[in-house]
Amino acid sequence: MAQVVVVTSGKGGVGKTTSTAALGAALARAGERVAVIDFDVGLRNLDLVMGAERRVVFDLIHVVQGTARLSQALIRDKRIDTLFLLAASQTRDKESLSEDGVERVIRELRPSFDWIICDSPAGIERGASLAMRHADLAVVVANPEVSSVRDSDRIIGLLDSTTDKAKRGELMEKYLLLTRYDPARAERGEMLCVDDVLEILCIPLLGIIPESKDVLHASNMGLPVTLNNPASAPARAYNDAARRLQGEQVQLVVPSDKTTLLSKLLGRRAA
Amino acid sequence: MRFAGLFGRQRSASTAHHRLQVLLMHERCAGGKPDLIPILREDILAAIGKHVTVDPDKVRLKIERGEMVSLLEIDIEIPTSMKHGQDRFATGVQFPLSWG
Repeated sequence: MAQVVVVTSGKGGVGKTTSTAALGAALARAGERVAVIDFDVGLRNLDLVMGAERRVVFDLIHVVQGTARLSQALIRDKRIDTLFLLAASQTRDKESLSEDGVERVIRELRPSFDWIICDSPAGIERGASLAMRHADLAVVVANPEVSSVRDSDRIIGLLDSTTDKAKRGELMEKYLLLTRYDPARAERGEMLCVDDVLEILCIPLLGIIPESKDVLHASNMGLPVTLNNPASAPARAYNDAARRLQGEQVQLVVPSDKTTLLSKLLGRRAA
Repeated sequence: MRFAGLFGRQRSASTAHHRLQVLLMHERCAGGKPDLIPILREDILAAIGKHVTVDPDKVRLKIERGEMVSLLEIDIEIPTSMKHGQDRFATGVQFPLSWG
């Protein structure tokens, strides 16, 4: 029976889609059966980040409205056969997502998967609200930046009040995924450090993803970060985060990229 | 950093550029029109349904959107009364780009 995870943030552009793809691929590579669902109806991008943009036949709205079956809409990843994508619609708007329809999709997916990862749209409107509604666990993605941390705080409030789990009086598990982190700048006091963010948000840390050129490279190629270059710093950070999701105790370090001889000579760290 | 720009990074930018061109070409063509795929699926199933009973669960559709043509693959399992159990009827239809 699947664990339903929502990847959410409030603020846009902090790395929800990148993180959904990277965590989904990391879990699937570890042998778990994973379905990732794009809830950003009208502005889908999870398909593009996962390199499946040319293969979308049916989407979440088709399934919600009953014009396609779930089995027809799930797109199997070409590289990992336990990873599936349910794309959002590009042509409809978020109003097409019915509460009953989303509930049915999640209910039908649960028995066949170990993980259902819901990629939330930015904002706190209908799409975001439906993405978090059925979650057992929330991954709050934040950048070490004031507006992102403020929006994350708002989202944490909504997770604790509007989700099914909260309404049943149960505690919603919430974990922070701090992305685009630059340890050197945090050390110099130019960026909020991990402890600053944790002190404000008061939720446990799932992982720290270092700022890295590998993230853009992976999305250019249409590959989750954890598949594009598994040895890269962000890939290792996402892999560690995925292992923590699976319940493993993994020491929290911020992986850094190896330095090459050339970059040493140039006095810079390689990407 | 210039060295890196000359090799791997530049290649990934051109890959990204190409992927976006193909994708947006399809999305701009499709803008405003009803979804072609479900319409085709219904028509094809209706045509086959005149002769045999088709289980909607045994219909698989795949699409690969390319630059010049898109390939729509419709894979339909048609039950038979023969000893072999089930035969599969598969059809691959190539759609010219202008169909969107």
